[in-house]
Amino acid sequence: MPAFETFLQAIVNGLVLGSFYALIALGYTMIFGVIKLLNFAHGDVYMVGAFVGFGVLSLISGVVGAGWFGLGIAILVSMIAVGCLGVIIQRVAYQPMLSAPRLSILITALAVSLVLQNSALSLTDGKYTAFRTDLGFGGFEFGRLFISHQAVVLVAIAGLLMIALELFVSRTMYGRAMRAVSIDKDMCRLLGINVSRVVAITFLIGSGLAAAAGTMAGAYYGSIWYFMGFLIGLKAFTAAVIGGIGSITGAMLGGLILGLLESFGTLVPFIGSEWKDVFTFSILILVLVFKPTGLLGKSEVERM
Amino acid sequence: MTEPVLRVEQVESFYGKIQALRGVDIEVAPGQIIAVLGSNGAGKTTTLKTISGLVRAQVGRIHFDGEDITRLPPHEIARKGVVHVPEGRHILKGLSVQENLELGSFTVRDPAVRRERMADVFERFPILSERRHQDGSLLSGGEQQMLALGRALMHGPRVLLLDEPSMGLAPKLVTQTMRIVKQLNEAGTTILLVEQNVRLALKIAHYAYVLENGEIHNQGKASALAEDESIVQAYLGA
Repeated sequence: MPAFETFLQAIVNGLVLGSFYALIALGYTMIFGVIKLLNFAHGDVYMVGAFVGFGVLSLISGVVGAGWFGLGIAILVSMIAVGCLGVIIQRVAYQPMLSAPRLSILITALAVSLVLQNSALSLTDGKYTAFRTDLGFGGFEFGRLFISHQAVVLVAIAGLLMIALELFVSRTMYGRAMRAVSIDKDMCRLLGINVSRVVAITFLIGSGLAAAAGTMAGAYYGSIWYFMGFLIGLKAFTAAVIGGIGSITGAMLGGLILGLLESFGTLVPFIGSEWKDVFTFSILILVLVFKPTGLLGKSEVERM
Repeated sequence: MTEPVLRVEQVESFYGKIQALRGVDIEVAPGQIIAVLGSNGAGKTTTLKTISGLVRAQVGRIHFDGEDITRLPPHEIARKGVVHVPEGRHILKGLSVQENLELGSFTVRDPAVRRERMADVFERFPILSERRHQDGSLLSGGEQQMLALGRALMHGPRVLLLDEPSMGLAPKLVTQTMRIVKQLNEAGTTILLVEQNVRLALKIAHYAYVLENGEIHNQGKASALAEDESIVQAYLGA
């Protein structure tokens, strides 16, 4: 029985999946940090990112091809465009709700989610769109274990984005301001920080990361559709909660853990892959019951 | 008398429907320490919050350096050099001492100036240098007060608004804090000081206002107020 190879293969699959979860979970957790909103439209921002990336790649593939270079440009353009979309969503939908009761803004987020989903639905007639790339099918073979170049490169891109984010947050003035805004907005104002600009930057980065994940997931799995953000959005939320919502390192960790758990969940006898979502959300419930603050969350009660 | 650097004119502020300030006039001359005294709920903190823009003045005007800042958002008022150190210090939890200080210089573009100020702060408060990598919220009360003051100094303030810097500190530290405030003033910073410890406040201040129910009830030279029996009776608890 090739148990060892299966085990390693599950790790590889889990890392790819986990990277996508982590990139989306980061946006969830950062946005929660600065305006204490569970942005339930975030999964749909990821979906829009996939479509924008697909659109860009379709436009430029005639010139630069649909290889890594073309995909790189598609990821970059999608990050910028969808990042800006995130800022627009924040300004138009969330900003006016900041002084309203907390439930109002949560409902607004659900409405934004529906708007994005239904826009994509009407533009695509609800059909799956094939996300064709020309990335080759090469890979590394170790006995029966096969790791595609695609998986390696995508995990590497995700890793680089997360390192860049970590550097931004810990080394730059605006990165520190972002952490500070999630702690004490009024104090930030007194320090001369334009809180509203910091919130906008947070949406820009968070949505940009989701767009990168969307484009990469589209390229990796080969098809996209209007509803693709729903489940993965909930899972990224789960990842953010596992890591401790509000914690950036926690979101990365939570994403990877969830990806790995899900990947291994399919290996458990009698629990086939059709049970993997049940598996994921059972973990969410367990975390909420036994360690509501998550792995790296602050031990204090959140200021809801 | 020299032209005031900060002038509060007939200011009225509200929390919802509750009126907290009823026509407050305060003038702060450059280089001075101006104390704002009064019992709890008299409007001392609201006065500072209204100047720094956290609370909007519904009526009246606030001028800084001849410019009307009444309608400016707080971060722009801070940018002009009016730096408010709020009550309770508000150290940013989860950020190190050094990061707290660095954020104090958020509006300072020139990295050389930031480094220089950081060195100054560390020289003035060596304990902050020792604890620079610790979480700022884990410092003791006195150290947190130094961090709050140091963070304000990173900004390069023209006017410091200090709200109860001695609150919650051991008596020895209260005296020390007041000495620091005095030193900062002697180094050229203009200070508007809200303080519960009336005796100490009047000792270091040049001029003082006494607030009651959101109105200026009394004012005068600090030395004169310190000798006024009625003030002493009402606010010194003596």
